[in-house]
Amino acid sequence: MEIRVVENLLKANEAVAAQTLERLAKHGVRAINMIGSAGSGKTALLEATLPRLRESLGVAVIEGDLQTTRDAERIDRIGVPVVQVTTGKSCHLPPQLVLRALDGLDLDAIDLLFIENVGNLICPSEIPVGEHHKVAVLSTPEGDDKVLKYPMLFHLADAVVINKIDLLPHVTCDVGRIRSDLEQVGSRAQIFEVSARTGEGLDGYIGWLLGLVG
Amino acid sequence: MHELAIAQSIVEQVEEVARSQGLAKISTIRLRIGALRAVVPEALEFGFEVLSQDTPLAGARIVIEEIPIRITCHECGAISSPEPGLAWLCPACGSAVVEMTSGKELQLDSLEVED
Repeated sequence: MEIRVVENLLKANEAVAAQTLERLAKHGVRAINMIGSAGSGKTALLEATLPRLRESLGVAVIEGDLQTTRDAERIDRIGVPVVQVTTGKSCHLPPQLVLRALDGLDLDAIDLLFIENVGNLICPSEIPVGEHHKVAVLSTPEGDDKVLKYPMLFHLADAVVINKIDLLPHVTCDVGRIRSDLEQVGSRAQIFEVSARTGEGLDGYIGWLLGLVG
Repeated sequence: MHELAIAQSIVEQVEEVARSQGLAKISTIRLRIGALRAVVPEALEFGFEVLSQDTPLAGARIVIEEIPIRITCHECGAISSPEPGLAWLCPACGSAVVEMTSGKELQLDSLEVED
């Protein structure tokens, strides 16, 4: 006997993510899910942008990693509220842990909440954590073939930050190819070429972030 | 690694359906998975096998229907399936203004129950 079910396999995750969104809405917080490979510079990008965003906005960070509190320590050092979530064996931030992490933050003082996902291009783009926007972080040493290899993330991302642009003379990476591949996976993302290390190109990205807060 | 997370969702959701509908022994679980999800069937089956041990679902077979990526062209309306890794361009008119209309599925479709 066959029984038709037809259920979304992510429905449990989506239900928790919806609770997070509801809680954020009560306090007027916009949330950004930052997704990129390990070493693409997600934390460095936060370190380079938070001090400037903080001049006009309330900001905070939820840091996701398999192990260690190193990234949270880096954010804490620049004086921004941060909650570290260690996922243990999970390759993505589960929405349940993000919902719980909200308890560690003063939501009334926050306009923009950055959720730095575990370094991985696959699972974090599938499992929602309760974000309003997805930001994909790529870096030039990773090469220019990631967009077509991981189309899900780049199809869904609202912004794509191409980091480590200062290394272009030393690596094999054609930024033009990244841009044309983005068009070809139906991306509607804003694209920013930046260097978190030198500060090049950050103005545009920061302007976009400021524009997210009404 | 994401196959394990998906396998966990399958175990939880099928157990829930089995409980609520009073199903005794489930022999087959049919899934519809979009090509964009990059699910490796062998990894999903292995994950399910491990996670379903000691549950009423142990021994059930997983059958995956892979749904190809389909794009609909906004310029000319043609529907097409790009090969994985290739550009999402309309083969009819060459336009890049396309919308993905399938390929993102991650669905529990049906269950087969032993009579």
